[in-house]
Amino acid sequence: MRRLPRLVAYASTQVNKLTMELNKLSAHELIGLLNKGDISHLDICNSIIDSVDKKDKSLNAVVNFDRDKVLERAKAQKGLPVFIKDNICVKDELTTCSSNILKGFRPPYNATVIEKLLKANAVLMGKTNMDEFAFGSSTETSCYGTTKNPWDLTRIPGGSSGGSAACVAADSAIWALGSDTGGSVRQPAGLCGVVGLKPTYGRVSRYGLIAFASSLDQIGTLTKDTEDAAILLKMISGHDPMDSTSVDRPVPDYAKLIKKDIKGLKLGIPKEYFIEGMDKEIKQSVLDAIKKLESLGAVCENISLPHTEYAVAVYYLVATAEASSNLARFDGVQYGLRASQVKGVIDMHKKTRGEGFGDEAKRRILLGTFALSSGYYDAYYLRALKVRTLIKKDFEDAFKKYDAIITPTSPTPAFKIGEKTQDPLTMYLCDIFTISANLAGIPGVSVPCGFTKSNLPVGLQILGKAFDEETILRIAYNYEQATDWHKKRLIF
Amino acid sequence: MTYETVIGLEVHLQLKTKSKVFCGCSTNFGAAPNAQVCPVCLGFPGSLPVLNRDALHLAAKVAIALNCKIAPKIRFDRKNYFYPDLPKAYQISQLGNPLSHNGYLPISIDGKEKIINITRVHLEEDTGKLFHEKDHSLIDFNRAGTPLLEIVSEPDMSSPGEAHAYLTALKSILEYIDVSDCNMEEGSLRCDANISIRKHGAKELGTKTEIKNMNSFKAVKAALQYEIDRQVEMLESGQRIVQETRLYDAEKDVTESMRSKEEAHDYRYFPEPDLVPFDFEKKLLEEIKKHIPELPEPRKNRFIKDYKLSDYDAAIMVSDKALADYFEKCVNAYNKPKIIANWLMGDVSAYMKEQELSINELGLKVEHLTGMLTMIDAAAITGKIAKTLLIDIIKTGNSPEALVKEKGLEQISDTGEIEKAIDSVILENQKIVSDFKNGRDNAIMALMGKVMAKTKGKADPKKVNEILREKLR
Repeated sequence: MRRLPRLVAYASTQVNKLTMELNKLSAHELIGLLNKGDISHLDICNSIIDSVDKKDKSLNAVVNFDRDKVLERAKAQKGLPVFIKDNICVKDELTTCSSNILKGFRPPYNATVIEKLLKANAVLMGKTNMDEFAFGSSTETSCYGTTKNPWDLTRIPGGSSGGSAACVAADSAIWALGSDTGGSVRQPAGLCGVVGLKPTYGRVSRYGLIAFASSLDQIGTLTKDTEDAAILLKMISGHDPMDSTSVDRPVPDYAKLIKKDIKGLKLGIPKEYFIEGMDKEIKQSVLDAIKKLESLGAVCENISLPHTEYAVAVYYLVATAEASSNLARFDGVQYGLRASQVKGVIDMHKKTRGEGFGDEAKRRILLGTFALSSGYYDAYYLRALKVRTLIKKDFEDAFKKYDAIITPTSPTPAFKIGEKTQDPLTMYLCDIFTISANLAGIPGVSVPCGFTKSNLPVGLQILGKAFDEETILRIAYNYEQATDWHKKRLIF
Repeated sequence: MTYETVIGLEVHLQLKTKSKVFCGCSTNFGAAPNAQVCPVCLGFPGSLPVLNRDALHLAAKVAIALNCKIAPKIRFDRKNYFYPDLPKAYQISQLGNPLSHNGYLPISIDGKEKIINITRVHLEEDTGKLFHEKDHSLIDFNRAGTPLLEIVSEPDMSSPGEAHAYLTALKSILEYIDVSDCNMEEGSLRCDANISIRKHGAKELGTKTEIKNMNSFKAVKAALQYEIDRQVEMLESGQRIVQETRLYDAEKDVTESMRSKEEAHDYRYFPEPDLVPFDFEKKLLEEIKKHIPELPEPRKNRFIKDYKLSDYDAAIMVSDKALADYFEKCVNAYNKPKIIANWLMGDVSAYMKEQELSINELGLKVEHLTGMLTMIDAAAITGKIAKTLLIDIIKTGNSPEALVKEKGLEQISDTGEIEKAIDSVILENQKIVSDFKNGRDNAIMALMGKVMAKTKGKADPKKVNEILREKLR
């Protein structure tokens, strides 16, 4: 074991006992302690390193983690440790999207969010596991193997940001970045009992996020509570001249603004999100949460988002079409895997892609290629774009009257590993409540709102107007203050 | 059977911007391989394009100069295909909402004017360059991401000559508005042609072929002529034309099949999600318009009207903007446009060609050229002397007045001196003298030449002629 540097440095300090527990605290609690001088950022890093050492063999949430490197970084960076999903570029560090095709790839540059985190003195801990290229809802398509749900190691953590969610839930991370193309931050947050925020499309720069579906992707946060989400969001938000789709508007002080009460806020409850066959316990938890919100002064009304039923179909055309194009660059020419024993360039393309991509990646590339093909474009891709506009309009109409929309995050709690891998369509339905927000470009947050009888977390999703993260975080924060779901800890 | 030819041209033009179209890398030609690259133009995972506004402005300048309608909303699309010189495996281009459409370009052929319609002008990015070695290939990505303009004509040309005239007129405009180096050898201007033939008077278009790999305007003309002959021969022998892409081989002067329609790519175009649509504001367009100078065609017409030049002379004067500017400066200093045009088209052009210099590189000062012409008018020097004097002026940069003085080139108008020379020429050339006296009037030219030679070209030719005739009467 190479823990010597830590022992030498800290064995004699008084806070040693406290150090053992620091990983369990939220970021805003730790910031308080750091400011008072009670602890040092190295204490936090060490407690995280200990937790990863202890738990990650069974969780498999962390990939590309090097404790010596972390301690080296912590010499210069004196802020909070953060984990990064494996599809966000960190200069000279392995960034593989959990795919064999990017084996050995070390980007020559930092993603804009990484630059922003470094400026905020964050200590980069390592990369977290994910579904290959974020294609999945269970983290089962990773080339590094499945991440386990800390609440039940026989179950999936959700996905595709399953590694980030599991890390935070297991107290192996203070907070982490994920990415959300169809629910990849919110759904695993819901299934792991943490807070997952997908900001508005354009709020956070995508520069350096390895693209899955460029018009849907957005970097998001996985945190222990809403206040942390507000703090981390402010750190990574803002216009980036390197990303034309990032929007130039001021970044509010979310952490301060969310503490206002929610009296009189109007919340819409869309009937399309309480479907036949959804898990009864989940439904009950969400209905209870709605009652709680009413008791806090919010006005809840039933509404309709009539085009909801088309969202999954639209999503799997738009997202796969863009993915087929985005993933075409992995051809063995410049970086990542290159198949050996090839005859000519076309053979190299074919063999490299054949060996490098997993089944789900191949499935989506094929789907997307088909949807864009001559003769099919109008019937599939173009029609999907039109319906996407209608889905967006559903939300615009609703937000004329309502401040936010409340739904469950996922129709089921965490399912068993392997349960859905043979049936892609069932897997795709895991995102049924989350993908509309990506199609509409609006922000959404998942907060813990209960547990099933078998002790699996349930997530409450709050959707808001474009660039109104403030309101959804405010609702989430007020809800958290009135409940203690987010404080529930694992025995793990 | 007579056939008519239908030709449409696709021109690719590298725009003269400082940096690439979607990143900040330099576009300079000739740097070491892969010295001008970054994660964006290399298509590295996670990188994103950002539109270079200068490229858009230059593109709009071209569209306006070609009388195109600028679209109010511009979008980019992805053109997907695998090729090692295309780092993202898609090219950012424009399909659905191109920069501009419906323009036209007047061309002049055999003294007749013809309008060639322009289908569209759109902006895209260039690819890298491949170098094939014996058992491997190398890629230079310096060119990848250079702003490229695609100018697509309607199939309005009906001969290789018209195609050549179109390219010449287009190049002239592009040089006038200073948007590109227009250098076919360096690849800053490239041309592909679509060509088909049909029976004379037929309404339906014939099956077309696309010709690529033509590296000069001359090659375009030759390739098209070859292709016409080939297609006629095929139809005449009862064969069908296959829709395909053919490569021109300049050495063999033939076109050869590259790929058939069936093998053509399905480019799976779709809107580029990484770039937001761009709205062209009227104010910006007005601003761009202000930077477009008078174009060759209207300038030619003005030269004909104001300077009374012939159509031919005017066309040559405006073909190069620098030459036309020089011409007008000369006219301001010396108001005999036709004489200036003659000198520019004659001795000045010949020297430029010989030395491979442009008019500006020549360094011939306007006041020196016009000063020399004034000296001819004042009979201070002869036209013949002026021809050598011109070269001296260019070489030394000295004024004609100084050179004439220095070299003693003043015209001899002194009758006594001229008579002396004539007398000795008559004595020495009795044979020619008798030819003249026997009615061969032309023989006087030979005698004049001898007199001029004797006076080293300095004698006033008018006076020589007069006195000579007097003496031989």
